[in-house]
Amino acid sequence: MAGLFYQTIARLSADLAAKKLSAVELTQAVIARAKAVEPRIRAFNSFDESDALAQAAESDARRAAGRSRGSLEGIPIGLKDVIAVQNQPLTASSRMLANFVSPYDATVTTRLKAAGAILFGRLNCDEFAMGSSTENSAFHPTANPWDVTRVPGGSSGGSAAALAAGEAIATLGSDTGGSIRQPAAFCGVVGLKPTYGLVSRYGLIAFASSLDQIGPFARTVGDAAVLLGAIAGHDERDSTSYRVEIPDYAAALEGRRGPWKLGIPKEYFGAGLDPEIGAAVERAIDFYRGLGCEVREVSLPHTQYCLDTYYIIATAEASSNLARYDGIRYGHRASGAKDVVDLYFQSRAEGFGAEVKRRIILGTYVLSSGYYDAYYLRAQKVRTLIRRDFLAAYQQVDALITPTSPIPAFKLGEKSDPLAMYLCDVYTIGVNLAGLPGISVPCGFTAAGLPIGLQLIGQPFQEAQLLAIAHAYEREHEWSQRHPALASSG
Amino acid sequence: MASNGMVRDYPLLATRYSLLSMNYEAVIGLEVHVQVKTRSKIFTRVATGYGLEPNTLTDPVVLALPGALPVMNRAALDAIIKAGLLLGCRIAPVCKWDRKNYFYPDSPKNYQISQYDQPLCLGGEVEIELPGPARNLMGEHKRIPLTRIHLEEDVGKLNHGAADSLIDYNRAGTPLMEIVSEPALHSAEEAFAYLTSLRATMIYGGISDCDMEKGQLRCDANISVRPVGESKLGTKVELKNLNSISFVRDGIAHEIKRQIAVLERGGTIVQETRDYDGMTGTSQSLRTKEEAHDYRYFPDPDLMPVVVDEEWKNRIRAGCPELPFDKQRRFIAQYRLPYTLTSVLVWDRELADYFEAAVKAAGEDRAQSVGNWIANDLLRELGKAAPAAVSAGAEGGLSDPHGRFRIPPAQLAELVRLVEAGTVLMNAAKEIFVEMFATGEAPGVIADRRGLKVAAGDAGELEQWCRDAIAGNAKALAEFKAGKDSAINAFKGPVMKAAKGRANPKLVDETLRRLLAGN
Repeated sequence: MAGLFYQTIARLSADLAAKKLSAVELTQAVIARAKAVEPRIRAFNSFDESDALAQAAESDARRAAGRSRGSLEGIPIGLKDVIAVQNQPLTASSRMLANFVSPYDATVTTRLKAAGAILFGRLNCDEFAMGSSTENSAFHPTANPWDVTRVPGGSSGGSAAALAAGEAIATLGSDTGGSIRQPAAFCGVVGLKPTYGLVSRYGLIAFASSLDQIGPFARTVGDAAVLLGAIAGHDERDSTSYRVEIPDYAAALEGRRGPWKLGIPKEYFGAGLDPEIGAAVERAIDFYRGLGCEVREVSLPHTQYCLDTYYIIATAEASSNLARYDGIRYGHRASGAKDVVDLYFQSRAEGFGAEVKRRIILGTYVLSSGYYDAYYLRAQKVRTLIRRDFLAAYQQVDALITPTSPIPAFKLGEKSDPLAMYLCDVYTIGVNLAGLPGISVPCGFTAAGLPIGLQLIGQPFQEAQLLAIAHAYEREHEWSQRHPALASSG
Repeated sequence: MASNGMVRDYPLLATRYSLLSMNYEAVIGLEVHVQVKTRSKIFTRVATGYGLEPNTLTDPVVLALPGALPVMNRAALDAIIKAGLLLGCRIAPVCKWDRKNYFYPDSPKNYQISQYDQPLCLGGEVEIELPGPARNLMGEHKRIPLTRIHLEEDVGKLNHGAADSLIDYNRAGTPLMEIVSEPALHSAEEAFAYLTSLRATMIYGGISDCDMEKGQLRCDANISVRPVGESKLGTKVELKNLNSISFVRDGIAHEIKRQIAVLERGGTIVQETRDYDGMTGTSQSLRTKEEAHDYRYFPDPDLMPVVVDEEWKNRIRAGCPELPFDKQRRFIAQYRLPYTLTSVLVWDRELADYFEAAVKAAGEDRAQSVGNWIANDLLRELGKAAPAAVSAGAEGGLSDPHGRFRIPPAQLAELVRLVEAGTVLMNAAKEIFVEMFATGEAPGVIADRRGLKVAAGDAGELEQWCRDAIAGNAKALAEFKAGKDSAINAFKGPVMKAAKGRANPKLVDETLRRLLAGN
């Protein structure tokens, strides 16, 4: 049997409830594992061991007193370093916030605490969640546990790698253009990007407000369902969060086994798709056919505009969202500035990395007087068309099946051209533009042993159905029970 | 009450400026920022306030900490809808928020949440009154068209020291309305009248206290001049920091003169922003057009558009008060009040309401008396009372709408009736009023205690009643003349009866004796 740190929430919760295991023991096991593999993985920006153990002890005390909180009581969960936890660092993997400590909790943090989770560690990511490899972290890159010479994906690379390496039982990431699903695919774990508005963004460092969404990384679809249930739901601190009923996602997994009508968007299987990935996804599609699902080809005709649309809208919003990092109230402040404008220039020049600057400049440009209509306004119109493509497809099918990424994890340093990097997100970006839920589940390995992710795209706020579809696949496959051979690979 | 004086206390209207060779006309548009009086800030729950310890009214949203998000305060939207309805604006069906991007340390996010292409209120107008030919005559009224009103968030305050600058974010996030007029004002005096009226409207609507010293009302003016008859607008100059209503008037007058002088010298007006110093009466350039910002407006993705439906507007409409000029016209028509008196009463909504409550108790025929008491005596006593005492009265006004004025309207009405009935003489009534204001006692009580009530008959009827009594009893008259002094008592009964028992017995006795002696 694999170590404690590779168990599912479902299994660990049962053992904790049966008092076969304490939260302190579990947390110690996870910390020991992290200490053992971190030199090779570097998934964390920081972790507060004594705080985690203190939380674990409190959890055990609650349980002993019969006051267990909820579905995540005693479960160590890591958070991407863009989600605020009171009195913990909040850096966005940026020099700009290297010394910033959050004075408040994000809403998801409050909800995880309310569910009894032990919040453990600040997980590395691309700076301000901008990137697809976690190489844009100002601190250090993170390695893919399946091949430490390769990237874990991004921007939530630390969240995916930590989970794959057994350094957390589950983690949270954020997904603006694929930042949960793509690293989940690269690292062989489940990653869910919920419908825009399902999970509060309050306390999530904003990259692109209309696209950002927090979501879970987990070993199984079932664990992702438990996590989603803990964090989803309307929040009066986030105007863009929706008032929807939150079903029992975990219970809904077994509720219905299909058959579903599934759509294959033809635009997602064209040039640039790695043949091994294409084949793995085809096998998954055949599996669903075997379940009795009706599978049909659909078209999302505006897919070709997704990348351009995304890089206009996301950068425009980012250029404004990141304006607050100015060295005035908190964050990096350059020394020796001669006046306030100089202070802005120097602090931001020193505090931000190249990719962040590139996007701020792009976003500033597309919003500039005289260019707004041609870029931003046009992009918003195209965005509407992209969303309509998906909604039209949902007239015929319940969900869509695609590869998560056109390629498996690539080598650290391999993609130095930003455009080549942007192409990694070609299958995931449309989901963000349309505000839909998407999940990546492991669906095989390449001949070189790299994980492959299957993306399922659902209808707005139909996460229960999407999880059920993913679960139907997962329960008949054993991909999630494989773990990287880190211990022996040294 | 300051506003009432302001309408009248300025020099002759001048819309044409004549200098040397040419006649010039000024064209002025005003941008007025009005802080909306809400309990909490526009995008978070933190309280609004003034004069507190710096940076105590803050939270992650106000300070723009990483991850903080705005949530709209509906009370601020209520207020701007009310302002729009009061000024006759078209109310947009949807409230949409935009980001105005610029870097400045008083703006924590380095963008301001505002409304760009879809302001909540479009059109509308502000009615103004220009000075009349004499103080007691109504002046010309004009309706100054508005371009728009939108809602935004206020910024923090910078305090520049010798070595450093400190920032106080207490003000940041206070709801702020920007009210933009068309370039339809033509003199400093019109601008002055416009601000006076606008300010009164905001106070009337309970939208803002408009205290300029606290920055609750701030005004920028766009000013240009052109030769009379020219239809093209001249180059405009924006004048900032006009932080009192009289500075607005003086600053605009100064700028008009400055521009005309430039043109007369053969120069050209530079499009620029100038800072007016009201203390020295001078202005200097802050920045020219070339340095103008590109604000890169775009819709704020953190805030959902809010639908303003008919039901919402109707609810606000139900709470809209009658505006001062409408009230003034009604007071003149309904109560036959002279213009001068109405212009004392209508500019303070509480005072006007107090007046009407007292008139209701006294009867409409007595409206002018009631008005005179208020204009002459009540305002004098309020003026003498310590400001603290007056505001304490206003606090009490939460439960009693007239508490600020000390004297309940019904008691003022009673005093008016006592004077009219001759029960107290005017001089005595003035004393009683002062005591009413000081003690809150009813006028009858005070008059009785202090013996200020006039007994019946004092007003001249007593002598007639005595004559009638003497004429009606020849027998007693004969007896009295025969030396029977007690016969005088026979006349007293009928006199007391005529006086309904309220005649002064000593006076009755004296009068009877005087009349009998003369007989």
